[in-house]
Amino acid sequence: MSAVSTWCAIAGIVASSTAGDVLLSRAMRQIGHVGELWRRAGLGAVLKAIVTHPSFLLALFFMAAAFFGLLLALSWADVSLVVPATASLTYVTNALAARLFLHERVDRRRWMSALLVCAGVAVLAA
Amino acid sequence: MTFRKYLVLVAIIVFASTGDISLSYGMKRVGAISLARWTELFAAVLNPWIALGIVLLLGFFAAYLSALSWSDLTYVLPATSLGYVLLALLSVWLLGEKVSVTRWIGILLVSSGVGIVTRGPSATHRHQPEPDSAGDQR
Repeated sequence: MSAVSTWCAIAGIVASSTAGDVLLSRAMRQIGHVGELWRRAGLGAVLKAIVTHPSFLLALFFMAAAFFGLLLALSWADVSLVVPATASLTYVTNALAARLFLHERVDRRRWMSALLVCAGVAVLAA
Repeated sequence: MTFRKYLVLVAIIVFASTGDISLSYGMKRVGAISLARWTELFAAVLNPWIALGIVLLLGFFAAYLSALSWSDLTYVLPATSLGYVLLALLSVWLLGEKVSVTRWIGILLVSSGVGIVTRGPSATHRHQPEPDSAGDQR
């Protein structure tokens, strides 16, 4: 399989796993501190709030898409390219997406750390 | 950040890396599964190491959801990337591999990223609720 299709698959995996993480983060922020909810209303209420949250269900869909995308990419290219490439690129796209969609304050400190971790993961798994 | 919250971050790191190690060890014992016989993947779940890995990864997911409920995504992800370091060290210790210079460089880069982010605030301080989540405030 050509390098172009491999990189297209990598881009697809990065996009879906970023969407999954951002939606998961949005769901959990809207539900609020789960420890407090557990003490107030019990574990059942925590589980119910999570599994019935639309963003959580959409997050599961994107995480499943990322997983099957990974299986597909692994059938075309080496694991030593696909896994580090997707894992490290995801740190950068997550920082961008968290700023854009979650309105997190991604300051210079967080950018530095996302880039360092991104470089580190790429080197570690190479 | 309280001590309990740091414990949740440690749980994410430990559950994720030990879960992956357990899955990987189990799949090496099961052996390669070809795509033509993908249904064998379901039988692999019965392997005790795979089952243990799944339980550990469920623990990871629970801790991850808990952390996301009180801190930013751009804090949790770099802060828990120490899991990559732990994963590398565990696979080295358990499989008896040698740590190459490039791998030490990777460990150093990830650790410095973690060091930088954890010195900052864990959640974006909001003076007013977000417009799109206003209906969900409890």
